[in-house]
Amino acid sequence: MIQAMRETARPARAEAMVPAAYTVVDHRRETHDTVTLTLLPGRGTALPRFRPGQFTMLSAEGIGEIPVSISGDPDDQHDGRLVQTIREVGAVSAALCRSEAGSEIGVRGPYGHGWRLASALDGDLLVVAGGIGLAPLRPLIRSALGRREHFGDVTLLAGARSYADLLYPLQLDAWARRRDTAVTVTLDRPDPGWTGRVGLITGPLAETAIVPERTTAYLCGPEIMIKVCADALAARGVPPERIQVSLERNMKCGVGWCGHCQLGPHLLCRSGPVCRWDAVADLLDIEEL
Amino acid sequence: MLFDHPLPEVIDRAGLDQLVKLLQADGYTVVGPTERDGALVLDELAGGADLPDGIGVETGAGHYRLRERADGAVFNHSAGPQSWKQFVHPPRQRVDAPEPVRRLAFIGVRPCDLAALAILDGVLGAAPYPDDRYLARRDQIFVVAVNCVEPGNTCFCASTGTGPAAEWGYDLVLTEQEGEGGHRFLLGTGSVAGEEILDRLTHRTATGGEIREARRAVDDAAGSMGRSMPETDLRGLLNRARGSEHWEQVANRCLACANCTMVCPTCFCTTVEDATDLEGDNAERWQRWDSCFDPDFSYIHGGAVRKSVGSRYRQWMSHKLSTWHDQFGTSGCVGCGRCIAWCPAGIDITAEAAALAEKERTR
Ligand SMILES: Cc1cc2nc3c(=O)[nH]c(=O)nc-3n(C[C@H](O)[C@H](O)[C@H](O)COP(=O)(O)OP(=O)(O)OC[C@H]3O[C@@H](n4cnc5c(N)ncnc54)[C@H](O)[C@@H]3O)c2cc1C
Ligand code: SF4
Ligand code: SF4
Repeated sequence: MIQAMRETARPARAEAMVPAAYTVVDHRRETHDTVTLTLLPGRGTALPRFRPGQFTMLSAEGIGEIPVSISGDPDDQHDGRLVQTIREVGAVSAALCRSEAGSEIGVRGPYGHGWRLASALDGDLLVVAGGIGLAPLRPLIRSALGRREHFGDVTLLAGARSYADLLYPLQLDAWARRRDTAVTVTLDRPDPGWTGRVGLITGPLAETAIVPERTTAYLCGPEIMIKVCADALAARGVPPERIQVSLERNMKCGVGWCGHCQLGPHLLCRSGPVCRWDAVADLLDIEEL
Repeated sequence: MLFDHPLPEVIDRAGLDQLVKLLQADGYTVVGPTERDGALVLDELAGGADLPDGIGVETGAGHYRLRERADGAVFNHSAGPQSWKQFVHPPRQRVDAPEPVRRLAFIGVRPCDLAALAILDGVLGAAPYPDDRYLARRDQIFVVAVNCVEPGNTCFCASTGTGPAAEWGYDLVLTEQEGEGGHRFLLGTGSVAGEEILDRLTHRTATGGEIREARRAVDDAAGSMGRSMPETDLRGLLNRARGSEHWEQVANRCLACANCTMVCPTCFCTTVEDATDLEGDNAERWQRWDSCFDPDFSYIHGGAVRKSVGSRYRQWMSHKLSTWHDQFGTSGCVGCGRCIAWCPAGIDITAEAAALAEKERTR
């Protein structure tokens, strides 16, 4: 009966915690533990368009719901399609990875702040991906390459544990063959026959020539990788506000109700998952924050 | 506001029973404090007689006990083990099926708890994703607030700016008086709905003396709180204390039992659980209260982010007093003292804040 409450006019809308039904139309095995699903909405259930770096909450019915980044091409969202790449690590991700073409899964979203690309126009892009971290970066790379003339140098550094763990190898190959894009892949554990780089991603990062004041950096991967790479870039003069990082915390709702995704002042489902380095660097320095 | 109200009215103890009846007649389920198993809980009242006449409480760090009062006061007891949170943001709710909304009338909402409801409105009711279930419940609630004239040992709302006078957010507000002139309640209105109920209540206009007495009692209450938050910029203090060794000292006492988060009227964190019925045909989605003291709260593949108890206490206290401002524009603490009374280890948020302030001062 509080006045302010009475005056809030609320349009009818779907329940925030109820997923929309999507159908798996393509199930592609990427690596031994990772799968990319292409999803199409059912009649009338399409969610709003996504932006690079955003995520959805994916449900395996009766098992659970987890946050997963969108890995598809933002310029190809016809029929409301969603492309998402999932690594099997536990109950829900395993169930999603088992979802064959024709099966239904639940989707809520898209949520969160994605990669900011507009602020990088006319400058150089440096994309640093570790492991599954390449998935949320792929829409950004696609977006940039789709508007290639608006950017200076485009450099992608991707790290994986081994060749068997490397995500999107064909895609990486295709990008590497472009003359306007520099791609370096490094493996922690080289396979016989691997002729590329070996070792942590910090190696090629240190060797990449950058013009700090023209560069916008996009980082995603294990938190320790993000920290080391962002610190290295900041030390080389890239302004911290132009280093963007995508962070991971437990998320149970995606809409700011559950409180799980806090990192100090941030609710990462809202102000993240992509954050500016100047907003999080100090926080990640504190253990167990 | 009570004292700005042109002419507060007065009802007697029977008027309180009448108020409950009127609300019930209007279709409200009336909820208020009532005695159960040695505590004052918040539950449905069959009638005004279920209210706790003459029952007081004795609170301290890790301590809560009912006591018999010398007078028959109904509302002179500080916050009990429950808060109104449980009615607007239930401990467990199904979130994928429609839910009938009950019209609830809350009787005896203290100013700290009014402030807590306003905070929950900001957390759960705000854009970009307002919780429609919360808002639907909240929308139906009729609030009868009480001004605090007898704060308890664990109370500190005067120092958090959330009491002891109810300022807004109610339909009716009571100030209880005993002594000469009998047991009575000064009554002010805060909404049209409140005025409509008042019109139907047996009442008389308050005397100047009664109004002065009420004002004095609430003023005195502000000065007689058992505790207070240190007068310092708590938001900044907690920000700067992230690296403090103090958290480890708290961890030596804290049992990570999560009591403080459960009793807190503003702690809102939840988890979501999906389940199927035994046949596996029907999936259900449930949301239930969760606590930042639970080790799994911060779990991400590979392990919890906050493994140590100290880091979890730091998260809780920093959220309440500091990062809540960043996220929702207010503090998350209303000074009700529940977390102090129901901490089995007697950990006291005001004492911990004072200790952090002292450490910073002497560093
Ligand atoms: C914004 C965001 C984007 C993500 N994008 C992807 C992606 O594109 N591809 C991908 O494979 N993974 C992604 N993850 C990680 C993914 O959410 C976890 O691997 C997943 O939650 C594990 O759930 P599980 O039930 O399979 O595993 P379990 O280890 O059994 O996890 C149990 C529960 O803990 C929570 N949890 C565990 N790990 C994480 C985690 N890393 N982040 C958040 N909650 C977690 C979940 O609630 C989960 O249900 C992302 C995480 C976040 C926060
Ligand atoms: S932190 Fe403690 S005193 Fe503050 S509102 Fe919560 S329970 Fe009450
Ligand atoms: S502070 Fe007290 S109530 Fe809170 S978790 Fe620790 S022991 Fe439990």
